[in-house]
Amino acid sequence: MDEQPPPFFKRGPAPLALLSFYVALALALLVVDARFQTLEVLRQALSMFTHPVQSLAHLPAQFLDNARSYFASAARLQTESAELQRGRLEHAAMLQRSQHVEAENERLRKLLGVKERQQVSGQVARILYSARDPYARRVIVDKGQQDRVIAGQPVVDDIGIVGQVTRVFPFVAEVTLITDKEQAVPVQVVRTGMRSVVFGLGNGELELRFMPLNADIRSGDVLVTSGLDGIFPAGFPVAKVVHIASDTTYTFAQIRCAPVAGVEHFSEVMILDPRPPVALPEELAEEVAGKNAATSPKGTRAKKKRPKKD
Amino acid sequence: MQTSYSSSRILLPVRPWFIGCSLLLALLLNFLPTSVWPGVPDWLALVIVFWSVREPRLVGMGLAFLLGLAMDVADASLLGQHALAYVLAAYGGAALSRRILWFPLGQQALQVFPLLLLVQLVQFTVWAMVGADLPGMAYFLGPFLATFLWPLLTLILLLPQHQPVDRDENRPL
Repeated sequence: MDEQPPPFFKRGPAPLALLSFYVALALALLVVDARFQTLEVLRQALSMFTHPVQSLAHLPAQFLDNARSYFASAARLQTESAELQRGRLEHAAMLQRSQHVEAENERLRKLLGVKERQQVSGQVARILYSARDPYARRVIVDKGQQDRVIAGQPVVDDIGIVGQVTRVFPFVAEVTLITDKEQAVPVQVVRTGMRSVVFGLGNGELELRFMPLNADIRSGDVLVTSGLDGIFPAGFPVAKVVHIASDTTYTFAQIRCAPVAGVEHFSEVMILDPRPPVALPEELAEEVAGKNAATSPKGTRAKKKRPKKD
Repeated sequence: MQTSYSSSRILLPVRPWFIGCSLLLALLLNFLPTSVWPGVPDWLALVIVFWSVREPRLVGMGLAFLLGLAMDVADASLLGQHALAYVLAAYGGAALSRRILWFPLGQQALQVFPLLLLVQLVQFTVWAMVGADLPGMAYFLGPFLATFLWPLLTLILLLPQHQPVDRDENRPL
């Protein structure tokens, strides 16, 4: 047995040991984050440090933006203001009419015994920046836990659905756009009333999957939310069909859609309040309650949370 | 206090707060909106590699790991993605430290290039494993530019360590 000489300089653990420790730690974090989504607390804690640095980094861009709008010519502003004024008047008439129609609709629905549609309300948020990740279609908005934003809330702009809040930090929230690869929105074709689900492709387009080759879909069809998911309110425009390829070698038609809302370019959006959950029918609720008692509830990502009925 | 081939001048010991400031500045540069442009180098990776080559005992894998986590949170990417890449880069930098410093600046940059490429490759791999879309080749443009910036970076980050040149006639050394 050979004796090791005493170390002259204390240098901590061997570099290779340290390397394997950190690599193992990073891999563990990766796997846990990708599979279980239980690290939101750690993320929020770290964001307390990164958020000030990030907002500092975005100061120059904001400054430039402000300067540009400051120096915008008065003439352009005047025409814009006149246009807005005219638009407001036009919309006022439409709004009054729509209020009237809505009231009428409500009455008729009551007569028919159908549950009333819930009112849509929300809060306006400003987009701060898009996530730096080249693979993700996500943006950060300036409303967070402080403003009672919760994960799962739908986000719209003045034309249609933009995305969904997926992560909430103390001061900001992360919105996954409908064009993100992992985002799916249940939709309905306006012309035929056919229901389906539209998926993001990650390149700014959407795809209507699992539609049979002979499905009645035409180029130019407008897709609106069907509201079946319990998250997105029904009737908001989502996308327009732009290209249909019915290749008989595939089982399903390949239908490409373009988002209606300015999904990739906008500055202000509206975060809609979460829809109040619809109570399940009696027998189903009992079944679910029984199941919940047997297995502990799982998942922190609010996808489809149906409360059990007491 | 390490001398390099091109300059035999003896440097002052580095001040830890300067290292901290440079890392924070690099983090800030990474958070700038410009970082979505193709070809903008990963400043933080570059500075981490620089300090782990220059001062492997001050800037190690622990710091790289923490900074990587900060990047992950800011980027909304998978937690540990940047951390893994930066830890590997810091280890590589420290392991090759003696060798790299032996060369003139231009050749140093050539040896640093694989480390910077590794940072991008690791993140690329992580995404490929999660099943995301792969980005174009522009994604790998960053390390090239960063390599060209290496001599400039060395000049700037070593400035505070240069000794004032006042020769004492009585003491030639």
